[in-house]
Amino acid sequence: MKSFVYVIKDPLGIHARPAGMLAKAAKPYADTPITVTKGDKTVKASQLMKLMSLGVKTGDEVTVAAEGPAEDEAIAAMEAFFKENL
Amino acid sequence: MIVLQGQGVSKGIEYGSLYFYHRTNTQVTQQTVEDTAAEAQRLEEAKAKSIAQLEQMAEKAREEAGDSAAELFETHAMFVEDEDYTGAMDELLEEGWNAEYAVQQAGEQFAAMLAAMDDPYMRARAADIRDVTQRLLNNLMGIVEGGIDADHPVILAADDLAPSETIQLDKSKILAIATQGGSGNSHTAILARTMGIPAVCGLGDALNESMNGHAAYIVGDTGELIFDPDADTLAALQVRQKAQQEQRELMRTMVGQEDVTLDGRHIKVYCNIGSPEDVDAVLTNDGRGIGLFRSEFLYLAAEDYPSEEDQFRAYKEVAAAMQGKTVIIRTLDIGADKQVEYFGLNREENPAMGLRAIRICLNRPEVFRTQLRALYRASAYGKIAIMFPMIASVWEVKECRRACQKVMEELKAEGIPFDPEVEIGIMIETPAAVFIADELAPLVDFFSVGTNDLTQYTLACDRQCNDLGKFFDPHHPAVLRALKMAADAAHKAGIWIGICGELGADLSLLPTFLAIGIDELSVSPTAVLPLRAEIRRSIASTCTLDMLNS
Repeated sequence: MKSFVYVIKDPLGIHARPAGMLAKAAKPYADTPITVTKGDKTVKASQLMKLMSLGVKTGDEVTVAAEGPAEDEAIAAMEAFFKENL
Repeated sequence: MIVLQGQGVSKGIEYGSLYFYHRTNTQVTQQTVEDTAAEAQRLEEAKAKSIAQLEQMAEKAREEAGDSAAELFETHAMFVEDEDYTGAMDELLEEGWNAEYAVQQAGEQFAAMLAAMDDPYMRARAADIRDVTQRLLNNLMGIVEGGIDADHPVILAADDLAPSETIQLDKSKILAIATQGGSGNSHTAILARTMGIPAVCGLGDALNESMNGHAAYIVGDTGELIFDPDADTLAALQVRQKAQQEQRELMRTMVGQEDVTLDGRHIKVYCNIGSPEDVDAVLTNDGRGIGLFRSEFLYLAAEDYPSEEDQFRAYKEVAAAMQGKTVIIRTLDIGADKQVEYFGLNREENPAMGLRAIRICLNRPEVFRTQLRALYRASAYGKIAIMFPMIASVWEVKECRRACQKVMEELKAEGIPFDPEVEIGIMIETPAAVFIADELAPLVDFFSVGTNDLTQYTLACDRQCNDLGKFFDPHHPAVLRALKMAADAAHKAGIWIGICGELGADLSLLPTFLAIGIDELSVSPTAVLPLRAEIRRSIASTCTLDMLNS
């Protein structure tokens, strides 16, 4: 399993638009589940509504993890996505 | 006269008749079905149809209101495919329920989940889920939503409008929107703002269908819906309407135009802002940069000294939003006249001449350092310039520059990115700075004249004193001569000079500013376009210095 910790910088947090974009970005890695964890709650990056329901705000710390055949590639894509959009 | 008070969520004023939006009522009944496979097939078809409609709407939104409005519908299309949402539907189908019931139940479950969250933004997203759910239901039941069948533009009234309803409506028929529910975060509000039409939300039950067809004024700035205005109110409303027409005409003709006189003299027209929220107004009014970003809001709104991180975020937000255009940020300009308790300033008889602005910064290097670090860190994200207020002496400027140098060295050692070429300027607002402008100019990259303070100190007239009337005269030749002295010194040293006080927007002084050779005028966002229109009518070479003599 590969993972990284990220502190959200977007002033609105993981709101609808980036959640949608994130779910889209996670789609190519169907065989390598990607998860987002805030506190004790973990959801899959592809679960758009659940992702929004985490209520991730600016300044919150989240852990993003990937496990599976394409985990290196998936985690690199996620790191780039978070830095760019969140 | 009847006045209904709501929350103004999109500015502007319009007069028209109210038109109530009618929504088809979809009554869902819970039924068991035999052929669960056929039911699943019906749901799949409704999903596919909904996605196709949403994609079409995204295109329409992109044309009418830009990318961010389009992304909303793209997100809606993704909701339709969300695995948890559709999973909840599938479970109910497997239990043998009809598709309508499955969709309605799943929709309520997820809308309730978001509605229960702390964050008001996320709570407002429950409306998105309900909107998508309604679309699925309509497609399952073959219902087509109604539009506006009036033959003239109307004030659209409704209990609340879902984003998909707002985008489907024929915009040429809508003057403004009034709703019983909703908030500033609702899509109705966001779309109305992007479309530039007035909107008032939260009118409650006072807005009801008995008003259908009645004529009213809607004022987005104040959140009012006014029926049968009395003579005085009507006159005031008409004045506002006229001002709005003129502003729209300016928007139509002046946005995108250069700030240049008929004989080719270019002037930079920038904006004064007091908080990051003002950036929208700068962009709407086509300001070419920010000539004065007052950083006081960070200090005045806080209970304690704002942290480097908080300041960094605010500066970065503005720098990034301005996309490479200049953002001149003034370091804190606080004195005993502003109530900031944690600074622990002593009460002063005459705060205008007391311990304020740069004097506080130079006395308290830690406060200064925190702000400078935040400013330099933010400089990596846009074109930031730093401006120091209340300068009266050469040593003050030298000390400021040393503080900047020190901060840059710190950041470099810490490996934090910043722009080493950040321009440094000073405000010219004391007569002392005018007299020694020739010594100050070689030390900085620009001058910006704070005409309000310069007038107060030059004429010995307290700005806060209301009785001074005619004695407080910003057109006084002494003030204008001071401007010229500073401008001559600036140009001799090869730097530019601007005006960021209220005088910059005074169109009657524009010829004098052109004759003096002012390079930049920073005004409130709404003053940009009128000023641009005046500049484009002017001929710089024929302007005179007549006003410098009594």
